[in-house]
Amino acid sequence: MAFNIYDFSTLTQSIDQGLNKVMSPGLATFTEFVIVGVAFLAFYALAGLFLVYAERKVCALIQIRRGPNRVGPFGIMQTLADGIKLFLKELIPINKADQFLFRIAPYIVTICAFMTLAAIPFSKGLHAIDFNIGVFYLIAISSLSVIGVLLAGWASNSKYPLIGAMRSGAQIVSYELSVGFSMLTIVVFSGTMQISGIVESQADGWWIFKGHIPAIISFIIYLIAATAEINRGPFDLAEAESELTAGFHTEYSGIRFAFFYLAEYVNMFIVSAIAATLFLGGWMPFHIGHWAAFNHIMDFIPPLIWFFGKTGFLIFVIMWFKWTFPRLRIDQLLTLEWKYLLPINLVNIVVVAFLVLMGWHF
Amino acid sequence: MSIVEYIKSIYNGVKSLCIGLSVTGKYFISPKEIVTNPYPENRAKLKMFEGYKGEVVMPHDENNQHLCTGCGICQMNCPNGSIEVLVSKIENAEGKTERVLDKHIYHLDMCTFCGLCVKTCPSKAIVWGETFEHAVFDRRKLVKQLNKPGSSLKKEKK
Repeated sequence: MAFNIYDFSTLTQSIDQGLNKVMSPGLATFTEFVIVGVAFLAFYALAGLFLVYAERKVCALIQIRRGPNRVGPFGIMQTLADGIKLFLKELIPINKADQFLFRIAPYIVTICAFMTLAAIPFSKGLHAIDFNIGVFYLIAISSLSVIGVLLAGWASNSKYPLIGAMRSGAQIVSYELSVGFSMLTIVVFSGTMQISGIVESQADGWWIFKGHIPAIISFIIYLIAATAEINRGPFDLAEAESELTAGFHTEYSGIRFAFFYLAEYVNMFIVSAIAATLFLGGWMPFHIGHWAAFNHIMDFIPPLIWFFGKTGFLIFVIMWFKWTFPRLRIDQLLTLEWKYLLPINLVNIVVVAFLVLMGWHF
Repeated sequence: MSIVEYIKSIYNGVKSLCIGLSVTGKYFISPKEIVTNPYPENRAKLKMFEGYKGEVVMPHDENNQHLCTGCGICQMNCPNGSIEVLVSKIENAEGKTERVLDKHIYHLDMCTFCGLCVKTCPSKAIVWGETFEHAVFDRRKLVKQLNKPGSSLKKEKK
């Protein structure tokens, strides 16, 4: 295959062998953990900074404004300046708050985002953990962050955060089902739960093309449900500014608030990356059937560019949703899930199983 | 709800959402429609809209004449005393005493821009100006005399 030149596994293996030569296996494994952790930490901060900037620009363009344009050329240093400001700000202590839970909540949200990042294949061989139950792991971890939100709301000892947290709980418990089912359609198609296996199964065409209409339906349902699961507009009831000031993080200030804010944006990256991996082929280049020359040219574009291009497009779509649609009421939110998305999804997964059984997909 | 209505509601919902997305998408790809002006860069050609309340000014014509009769209605109508009209009474050629505007003092630092003075002026002597960059380092500079020195009342020709 032509994309051997972009294979990162030779690089990672040579690092592994080099470390094992100079130190004991235990120490080498520990050093690898540290390297991966630092890499993810850097990625986490950079992705957060960039996404906040991108969101402000997209929002501004949609609302016919200019957006940040003062700090640096086109305002690209704006989020860095905001970050420095948040670092320097006072952490306001909350009277009668449950101090332990109040402090631990931002870390739970952040840790969940980190754990999900680990299972995302950025490129061939650039994949921290490749579980054989990768999809199952993603479904399990991505719904854990609601614990952080609930703790933040409960421990704040204030009415707005509590209402926001309870809404968030109802929302995530409902929409988890749709996220899980729409991911399962791809598991049925590809016949594996291993993320790298799912990506490999799309070498001759992405599932959204190979899977006919059922794959498109489950892709749309995934986008809607994932938008709800990361508490973004139009499903941002948990922090509805106009009703609940800032929802579950009303009482948070300074760097603790920044943790929630950053986690929200990194979660947006994560759900887009999962959608890109499952439905749009992850780092796989765009291939059309038997057009050998066309496919060969596509192979020369590095997989990292394919991956970040697809993820970036989906992030843009999610931002587009947020700045177009008005916020749903809590009953409308639950109606959408339980009366529309879930029944459609259940029928869809049966159709997919039938398609796969008859071998009607490409 | 029948199954037909159910499918119809999904179709209509998706359709209306797509209409919304197309509207915002159109704005996203047309940066020429941006309405925000970058402020300090466009100072040279900045044009304020009609009726903009920058500050109260008294227009003078080319003969250094204004329309203020010194009646003091603006001073009476001002809710927070931002206007002081100082008049002097002089005897005119026909032997009658006449009010003549001496100083029309406008305290910009107290003004709330309610516009009652401009609205009630019977001779339309004071109007809204368009300047809005009022920041100064000394508040005494915000007390302004609206009639220019040496100016006089423009008498209507009978």
